[in-house]
Amino acid sequence: MHVLAAANLRLDAKAIDYLLLAFYFVLVLGIGYLARRQVSSSLDFFLSGRSLPAWVTGLAFISANLGAVEVMGMSANGAQYGLPTAHYFWIGAIPAMLFLGIVMMPFYYGSKVRSVPEFMLRRFNRPAHLVNGISFALAQILIAGANLYLLANVVNLLLGWPIWVSIIVAAVIVLTYTALGGLSAAIYNEVLQFFVIVAALLPLTVVGLVKVGGWQGLVDKVTGSPGGATQLHSWPGNQLTGFGSNFLSVLGLVFGLGFVLSFGYWTTNFVEVQRAMASKSMSAARRTPIIGAFPKMFVPFIVIIPGMIAAVTVTELMGENKTALLAGNGAPSGATFNDALLLLMRDLLPNGMLGIAIAGLLASFMAGMAANLSSFNTVFTYDIWQTYIKKDKPDQYYLKFGRGVTAGASILAIGTAFIASTYSNLMDYLQTLFSFFNAPLFATFILGMFWKRMTPHAGWSGLICGTASAVTVFVLNKTGVISLPGQGVSFVAASVAFVVDIVVSVLVSLVTRPKPDEQLVGLVYSLTPKSTRQHETTGEDAGWYRKPGLLAGIALALTIVLNIIF
Amino acid sequence: MTDQSTRTRRAAFDIRLIIALLIGVYGLVLTIMGLAFTADEDITKAAGVNINLWAGIGMLIFTALFVLWTVLRPIRVSEEPPSGE
Repeated sequence: MHVLAAANLRLDAKAIDYLLLAFYFVLVLGIGYLARRQVSSSLDFFLSGRSLPAWVTGLAFISANLGAVEVMGMSANGAQYGLPTAHYFWIGAIPAMLFLGIVMMPFYYGSKVRSVPEFMLRRFNRPAHLVNGISFALAQILIAGANLYLLANVVNLLLGWPIWVSIIVAAVIVLTYTALGGLSAAIYNEVLQFFVIVAALLPLTVVGLVKVGGWQGLVDKVTGSPGGATQLHSWPGNQLTGFGSNFLSVLGLVFGLGFVLSFGYWTTNFVEVQRAMASKSMSAARRTPIIGAFPKMFVPFIVIIPGMIAAVTVTELMGENKTALLAGNGAPSGATFNDALLLLMRDLLPNGMLGIAIAGLLASFMAGMAANLSSFNTVFTYDIWQTYIKKDKPDQYYLKFGRGVTAGASILAIGTAFIASTYSNLMDYLQTLFSFFNAPLFATFILGMFWKRMTPHAGWSGLICGTASAVTVFVLNKTGVISLPGQGVSFVAASVAFVVDIVVSVLVSLVTRPKPDEQLVGLVYSLTPKSTRQHETTGEDAGWYRKPGLLAGIALALTIVLNIIF
Repeated sequence: MTDQSTRTRRAAFDIRLIIALLIGVYGLVLTIMGLAFTADEDITKAAGVNINLWAGIGMLIFTALFVLWTVLRPIRVSEEPPSGE
């Protein structure tokens, strides 16, 4: 089944569009080449030698996530649900990002671990480390495949290339710069991608808004369309969660999405944390997610609003088509909400701007995939290969091995690209994955960081029971024992996983033996001297605008204002 | 402007210049397209906005600001200890 196949989406791209696109790819590969000169050790390759400034890692932090999930998925959600989709940003990302910077980063950066699974190894034991390392590695390959498939789809629409050719070409490009320059190449490209994505989507949004007659015009049109005026307010978001009751819907959003899902994703997902670990000082590491929070707040405006505009102006998605899609049937036109962004580009953009828009879309898919690859190779090399299989080799061995792993991972991702093609709503697919792997992780981390009594065996048993319970909820829903439409099932599965993880961890801790205190210094709050948790405030870390706490406060205030307005 | 007293030099590789290069070229191409090569039907398609021109100008302004930032606050690499970099 092809996600975007049915409707006629061929964009009328001309030579100038291809030229603009080609120029982008030249720079992408150029960055890989330039970054290669900075790689002389495995730490350079996997963590950029911990040398990058905070604004670079901050933009990479959100750009790594600005892949298929955000751009296509969120504009699809925007077309389907309207403004409540913004919860994925305001409730579902900002608080967790701030929490990561303020509370958790001192342990990650301060303990000098090289990956999130390595933190598990030092805080708990080998089983916990393996559970985390292997599940993370698997998830990355699956998600890289999903990104690759979407990218290939877009190239297929643009150039008319067969899907499999596009998948391989895209994989080779990402592989080339990731294997050459390691994390630095991935991060620098993510920063570049961020600007291209904005350059592509901002003009599209502006033209779209002019077309529907400004904000008021959009409000009128959405109110009159199937789905109605509830799509114009972010709360309570019943259509999004699938809960009939407002109270349950808000509870699901705040606890399920806002607390468990998002904290699980943003604070323990090594794809994100790795970007902060690559920064040059404790202060920069803490500022990374906080700086990222500022652009993150405004991304919904250039992603969700084009989706909403598409749903009321594009012929294939309007009127009876939208009614049919909202009811869960196929639209008479054959289009799906996933097509929203492409259809809008086709309708509105002239040649020239079209080329940049296509570059922006491809950029977003590559950002996602490169992020998955660069975190996968780190975890696989350091946490699986170096820890369990080939210990004590010279550093150059692991550097070479990391490059090889990157190539192997690309081949696997090509395989999983075909798995991704069997789900029609990619958002559901990715959310499902995250709820399996990430929800219990956050419970384990937060308990482990603040409760020194938590034992090594509690670490892995909590994770396994939590993940198993999320899978159970998912299967029960699939087989019809319980019935939750929309994204609600992910929220419930994540919440159940969180609670089960906490309960199991506490019970197991009470009957097993904890680690001695001296092994937990730097890893647990009460055993870490205050000085090692604090950051420098001199030199390049001086100035009020570089204070993590103050920046976080400003970000939080802005987010609350956005929630009140919309 | 450039402080000679600290023993540092400009880093050869600055991502800001690459961003400025990309967006600058895009801005230039779009502005020229908008001025000379955008057909009336394309403008009608884009709801009467010459988006090539406006986006092009926007990108050129962005480029100018980025170059300014790079010139005013260059990345400095310390010359003394080549510690791992």
